Amino acid sequence: MWMEHPGWVLFGTWMAALFTLGIMSFLYRDNPVYKFCEAVFVGISAGYWFVSYFWQTFLPKLGDPLVAGVNSLFSGPIQWNGLLVIIPGILGVMMLLRLIPGAGWLSRWPLAFVVGYTAGLRLITFLMSNAMTQLQNSVEPIVRYSSTGALLGWESFNILLVTVGTFAGLFYFFFSQEHKGAFGRVARIGTWFLMVTFGAAFGYTVMGRMSLLIGRLDFLMSGWLHLVH
Amino acid sequence: MRREIPTFIAFFVGVVCIIQFFIPHKPFGTLVDTFSDWFGIVAAFAIWLGVLNLIKVSLEKSLSKKTRDRWYGFVVVASFLLITVIGMFLSGGRQFQLPGTMFDYLYVNIYTPLSSTMFAILAFFVASASYRAFRARSWEATLLLIAAFLVMLGRVPVGDTLTGFMPEGYRMSEVANWIMTYPQVAGQRAIMIGIALGVASASLRLILGLERSYLGGE
Amino acid sequence: MAEPQTSFIDRLMRIDRRVIFIFIGVALIFPLFLNVTERIQVSPEVQMLNDALNKVPDGALVLYALDYDPPSAPELQPMAVAAFKVALKKKLKMVIIGLWPQGPQQANMALETALRDDRFKDVKLTYGVDYVNLGFQSGNEAVIQKMGSDIPTTFPRDYAGTPVGQIPIMKSIRNLGNFDFMVNISAGYPGTREWVQFGVDRFGLKMISGSTAVQTPEMSPYVGRQLLGLMGGMRGAAEFEQISENPGRALKFMVGQSVAHVIVILFIIIGNVAYFATRKKKGA
Repeated sequence: MWMEHPGWVLFGTWMAALFTLGIMSFLYRDNPVYKFCEAVFVGISAGYWFVSYFWQTFLPKLGDPLVAGVNSLFSGPIQWNGLLVIIPGILGVMMLLRLIPGAGWLSRWPLAFVVGYTAGLRLITFLMSNAMTQLQNSVEPIVRYSSTGALLGWESFNILLVTVGTFAGLFYFFFSQEHKGAFGRVARIGTWFLMVTFGAAFGYTVMGRMSLLIGRLDFLMSGWLHLVH
Repeated sequence: MRREIPTFIAFFVGVVCIIQFFIPHKPFGTLVDTFSDWFGIVAAFAIWLGVLNLIKVSLEKSLSKKTRDRWYGFVVVASFLLITVIGMFLSGGRQFQLPGTMFDYLYVNIYTPLSSTMFAILAFFVASASYRAFRARSWEATLLLIAAFLVMLGRVPVGDTLTGFMPEGYRMSEVANWIMTYPQVAGQRAIMIGIALGVASASLRLILGLERSYLGGE
Repeated sequence: MAEPQTSFIDRLMRIDRRVIFIFIGVALIFPLFLNVTERIQVSPEVQMLNDALNKVPDGALVLYALDYDPPSAPELQPMAVAAFKVALKKKLKMVIIGLWPQGPQQANMALETALRDDRFKDVKLTYGVDYVNLGFQSGNEAVIQKMGSDIPTTFPRDYAGTPVGQIPIMKSIRNLGNFDFMVNISAGYPGTREWVQFGVDRFGLKMISGSTAVQTPEMSPYVGRQLLGLMGGMRGAAEFEQISENPGRALKFMVGQSVAHVIVILFIIIGNVAYFATRKKKGA
């Protein structure tokens, strides 16, 4: 393949490295090199998504069935599934009319379809997976015994911790009730659990961001400069 | 009728989607399957809308003599045209993503380094922001800080190296595992249940037409 | 009039952020030259994941959903490579899809990397018979919803544009119920949450997941009843590489990760010490 030719590989690696350094130049300060790289990124991303959606969704899900459906009108049994696909096609074009001042109101129909579909599915799935199942996971026998009948104190304590933490956290989110008295004390315990949650989330966020930077630096050191093997 | 018809569409589609959980057979199951296919197509057009709007704004910016940095608008449009022409006409059609195509070459050597580095530099800002803003001003903030430290140290080998003298079960990685498995999950569950109830309530409002802000103004 | 002397603490509080950037940059570049790999403690979630994967019978049909893009590749690509190596070892039949447009391309690269392992140089993997890449489809959770009833119309063509009716492995696949197991590697929306809500809770898929570190705390409540295991970030990838005996980039990068975390913690401590010292001085 042409892109396996050493010249093209080298050119591609240098292009990747220069774009990487161009973006990193922002760390010193905003500058024309960074702005150029940013503009290229915006344009290339937009084009990537445009092309991907054309070949992988528009053509196989809209173009091919519609052509088959229209052809079927002239020969063979009518393919109604192919012809019905004109409806989302029309909705899609109505969506694009948002770009034209004066015709933008037509985009409300496809928007309403998207909103209705998403809302209908999420109403049930969020209640099922994120509410009911999580409540089920939180309401478990707290006192645990081993197979020999010995009390598992530490495991029991942990299950109690999760149960108390979950319900105390839920108490915190009752903003319609003033957080004072016994209610306030339970909500405060909930706050402590939420602080541990946010602390862990911060720790993982730092881990995630550092991983991405390590990956980029590894490309520069080994993929580009070959200083690391 | 400009608002009534879309409100009815949202209501009808939403109700059918809810009913099919309880009656998955015809016609509701078949209708939702059809809606799922249509959703994918409309979503693709929505992405195209975003892309075309971006190009429209970039073109306006680049052609306006009053805008500073208008040349970058040209760069955006030129980059878009480069990858679009290559992807649509010069990369083997439906096989555009296969290794060896020009589109794949641009993906590996331009798109990947640019997008990766954009996110990678966030690491620097996380460190700088942590230094400047992360203050143990209250008991709750201190608790957050301690949890963060324990998780950060526990998730890397140096944590176990520093606590290697501790008995098994008390080393840093085990402490981090305990935090992630028990107190952290409790807090996450509370947040998850709260969000789920909020999503259910918002979805119901959207389906019933009580919330129509997505339709915009007149 | 004499200028008030700025103390060391004041200068520390007002340090230019570019000094911090230099510290971070040098701290992360240096470990790359060390080429050291340490054994790490495996977390319960990754242990569960490995046990669940080992229980999958050899030759089983497994769905691989790779829902991520290049920015998340340092964390997620090692997971994908290790997961594919397990598939090659167990001779699993693989159907690869993506809910993100870049996912199938990343999957191709991960599979190529896995096949370059010397242990698999004699493995003959036939496209269309042993595995297929169905590419990307738009629609987010609508894709999963539709896959629950009809996969061939959800993905009418594969990654290269071949109609699925012509692909041997697809002849026996009707919907998600035909899969014995599922591996999801995800960087956000759509991803693990949507697969759990639709694939697992609605259509009964058995699933393990790898996710970015940023997303892992949010996915951890699903572990147990809904997710059979979870790899979180680069640490999770390293643990999986170790426990599945497929060492790779994640294990290699853990030393750099150690240095990074220690540096950030030190910065936070220094920042707090300087802050409290300044407050004390103002109080006095």
